[in-house]
Amino acid sequence: MILLFYLLSAIMIICALAVVFSKNPINNVIYLIVCFLAMAGHYILLNAQFLAVVHIIVYTGAIMVLFLFVIMLLNLNKAIILRKSTVTRVSAVITGGVFFLVLLAATRQTFEIHARYPFASDFGLVSGIGKVLFSEFLLPFEISSILFISAMVGALMFGKKDV
Amino acid sequence: MKEISSAIQLIPLENYIVLSIALFSIGMMGVLFRRNTIAILMCLELMFNSVNLLLTAFSAYHSDPSGQVFVFFIMIVAAAEIAVGLSIVVMMKRNVDSVDINLLNRLKW
Repeated sequence: MILLFYLLSAIMIICALAVVFSKNPINNVIYLIVCFLAMAGHYILLNAQFLAVVHIIVYTGAIMVLFLFVIMLLNLNKAIILRKSTVTRVSAVITGGVFFLVLLAATRQTFEIHARYPFASDFGLVSGIGKVLFSEFLLPFEISSILFISAMVGALMFGKKDV
Repeated sequence: MKEISSAIQLIPLENYIVLSIALFSIGMMGVLFRRNTIAILMCLELMFNSVNLLLTAFSAYHSDPSGQVFVFFIMIVAAAEIAVGLSIVVMMKRNVDSVDINLLNRLKW
C-alpha cells in the first residue's frame, strides 16, 4: 500500500513538473490529465471514493476538455515561444524551492499528529458525504447554484463579440 | 471497507503533507515561470488540487466528513473560476491577438 502511495506521488510530481516545463500547450494539458488521474488514485487510497469520482468527472471530464477546446479554438497547438527572461525563470525556480523548504520547516513540528489521529475514515461513499452535505451544508450547496449561474452569465458576457 | 481502512493505516499523514507542499510549490513556480496565460491557469489548478488533497487527508485522518464536503465546494468554485478565466483568455486573444500575460502589464497599476 505504501508502495502504491509512492508510485502515485512520483507520477504526480513528474507530471506537475512536466506541466510547468514543457512548451507545447497540448502536452501541458495531457500531463495535467495524468496528474489528476493519479490524484484520483490518492483519493481512493484515502477512502474517499465519492471525491475520486467527482474529481475524475469534473477535472478530467469537464475542465480539461474546456482547456483543450480553448487551445484548439485559439489555434495554439504549435509550440509558441513565449519565454520570460533567464533571470526571471531562474528566480522563479529558486522561489519555488525556497517556498517548499519554508513550508516544510514550518510544518515540521506538526508531524507527530499522526500518532494522535490514526486513520479512521468510513464516510467516503456517497451516503456518508450526502448526509453531511444535505443537512449541515444545505445552504452553501444551494448558494453554489447562484455562483454557477453568475459564472455562466459572466463567461457569456466575456465571450460575446461586442458588448 | 474495514479491511481497506486497516491497510491504509500504514501511510503516515506527514507523507500527504509533504506531497501537498511539493505540489503547491510546483504550482507557484509555474505561475511565476510561464508567460502563457493558459499555462498559468493550469498551474493554478495544480495549486487548487494540492490544497484539496491535503484537506481530504486531514478529513480522513481526523474522521470528520466536513473536510470532504469542503473539497466538494472547492471543486465547484474551481469549475466556475476556470469557465470565467478561459473566457477572459478568449477575449484577450481576440483583442490583442496573443495569450502573452506581459501584454496585460497595465493591470499592475
